[in-house]
Amino acid sequence: MTSLPTQVTGKKLGLVIDLDVCVGCHACAVICKEWNTGGYGSALSDQEPYGEDVTGAWLNRIHTFEVTPGDMIPGYGKKPKGQGVGEVIAQTEEARVVHFPKSCLHCDDAPCVTVCPTGASYKRGEDGIVLVDEDKCIGCGLCAWSCPYGAREMDQDAGVMKKCTLCVDRIYNEDIPEIDRQPACVRTCPANARHFGDLGDPNSDVSKMVEERGGIDLMPEQGTRPVNKYLPPRARQTLPSSEVPSAAAIAETTDGAQGFMKWIDTALSKI
Amino acid sequence: MHPALSVIIFTTLSGFGYGLAAILGLFQPDPSLMAVKFGHVLAFLAIAGGLLASTLHLGNPQRAWRAFSQWRSSWLSREGVLAVLTFVPLTAQTGLAVVFDTSIGWLGFVVAVMSGITVYATSMIYASLKTVNAWHNPMTNTCYMLFAASGGLLAVATLSAFNDTQSTLIVLAIIALAAAFFAKTIWFRALDNESGPSTPGSATGLGFLGKVRLLERPHMGENYLTREMGFRVARKHAQKLRLISYGLGLVLPVLLLLIMGATGMVFFGVIALLSHLTGILAERWLFFAEAKHAVSVYYGSESA
Repeated sequence: MTSLPTQVTGKKLGLVIDLDVCVGCHACAVICKEWNTGGYGSALSDQEPYGEDVTGAWLNRIHTFEVTPGDMIPGYGKKPKGQGVGEVIAQTEEARVVHFPKSCLHCDDAPCVTVCPTGASYKRGEDGIVLVDEDKCIGCGLCAWSCPYGAREMDQDAGVMKKCTLCVDRIYNEDIPEIDRQPACVRTCPANARHFGDLGDPNSDVSKMVEERGGIDLMPEQGTRPVNKYLPPRARQTLPSSEVPSAAAIAETTDGAQGFMKWIDTALSKI
Repeated sequence: MHPALSVIIFTTLSGFGYGLAAILGLFQPDPSLMAVKFGHVLAFLAIAGGLLASTLHLGNPQRAWRAFSQWRSSWLSREGVLAVLTFVPLTAQTGLAVVFDTSIGWLGFVVAVMSGITVYATSMIYASLKTVNAWHNPMTNTCYMLFAASGGLLAVATLSAFNDTQSTLIVLAIIALAAAFFAKTIWFRALDNESGPSTPGSATGLGFLGKVRLLERPHMGENYLTREMGFRVARKHAQKLRLISYGLGLVLPVLLLLIMGATGMVFFGVIALLSHLTGILAERWLFFAEAKHAVSVYYGSESA
C-alpha cells in the first residue's frame, strides 16, 4: 500500500555522510551506477551514452557548493573585517568548498510514497527502506515531483521510476562476504565519508556519530523527516603562531647544516 | 516545472468537460434541442479525451489500471476513481438527453456534485505537492473549480442561444469568468511575491555557516530532474502569455457574450468559447512553466 507503514520495528537503516571528509571524487556515484545497473530492478539506462547529448538515470549525484560566511559565524567567531557575505571565494578567508553527495534520504514521512497512485512506491516497516516495485510502476512521475531532494529519476528506457535502494540486494545478501554487506557507495568511498547503519538505534555507531557531530536534516521545512543525516564540516583549526613556521624559516638558508651537507656548503661557498 | 502537452490538454479538456456537464445538470436546458444534445456529447467527449490524454505521458500506460488502487493516500488515484465513478451518472445523463430527449433533475444534481469533486481532486494532485510552492495553496483549487464552472456556463449560455438568448445565463457566465480570473490574479500575485521556503542553505544544511551557493552541478549536461523540474520560462515571455490568457480567456469572451446578448447572434458565443479555451490553454501552460520546484535549489536557484 502507498500509505506509510503503520507497523514499524523502529529500525531505520540509512546513511550518514560526512561533509568534512568528502573529497568529491564521485566514486560513490560511479559504483552506485555500476551495482544498480545489474542489481535490483531494470538496468539504469543511458540515452546516447557515446553521443553528444549524454544523459541517463543515476541514483546518487555529487554537487559542489561554496559557503561564504556572514559577519558572525556560530562556532567560528567573528569574521575578519572588510569582507562581505557572498564575496568571491578566494577573497574570503573562512570560505570553503563543500562536496555534497545526494541520494534518497529514506524519509520517515516520505511524500513519494503517499502520492503514488499504484502502490509501486512503498516504505518497508521492518527497516524503513523506501523502494519502488517496478512491476507496478506506471511511470507517471508524480513521486519525483513530490520529492524535494531530487532523489528519484525516471528511467527513460524502462519507463519506471528509479531510486536508491540502500543496496537492499547487498546488505542482506548472504552470498557475499560479510564485509561487503553494506551499500556499494559506503563500501567504495576511499575517504570513508559515508557510513551505513541503524539510525533508529541510539547506540549504533551512526547514531553516536550524528549525536557527536550535530548531524543535519536536509530541508527540514519540507516536513519529510529524512533518516539519512549529514555531518557538517568541522570548525577550521588555526595553528598557534609559535607552531607556524616564519617566512624567514622557510626562506633558503644553510644555517644548521650538518656533516656532508655542511662540508658541501663550506666547499661551495669558497669557490 | 516542465509543461507536458498531455497534462495541459488533460487538465484543460477534462476541467471544461466536467464544468459543462455540471452546468447542464444544474440548469437542465431542454434536451430536445439539437444544440443541447450537442452540449451533452461535447462534455462527455471532452472528459473522455482529457482522461485519455493524461495517460499519454506515462512510462507504462498499459498498467494505468493500477492507478485506481491507492485512493486512501494518493490524490492522483482518487482523481482516477472519481472520474470513473462520475462516468456512471454522466453516461446516464448524456444517454437520456441524446436518445430520449429527457433530463432528470436529481440526476443532473448528482452529475454536478460529482463533477465538482472530480475537478477538486484534479487540482489536489498539484495543490498537495509541498515541493512546488506556487501550487501548494487553496487558490490552486479555487482557480481549477472556477475555470471549470465558467467554461461550462459560457458553453451553456452559447448553446441555449441557438434557441433563444437567455440573459440570465449570459450574466452568470460573465460573473463566473470574472471570478475565475480574479482568483487567478491572486494566484499570480502570490507566485510573483512569495518564494518557497527552501534555499541552498536549508538544502545543504550549511546555512548556519554562511551564504551557500552552487559551485558545480554534478554533471555537465541535463538530467531528468533539470528537464522535468527545472523548466524555466523567460520573464517577458511569461508576461506576454499572461496577457494572452487574460485577453483570450476573459476580456474577449465577455465582450462577445455581450454582443451575443444584444444581437442574438450565436456566432459570437461560439467564438467566445473557442477564444476562452485557447486562453485557458495559455493559462495552463504557465501554471506548469512558471512553477518552481524545491529541487531547483540544488541546481543553482536561490530559493524555491
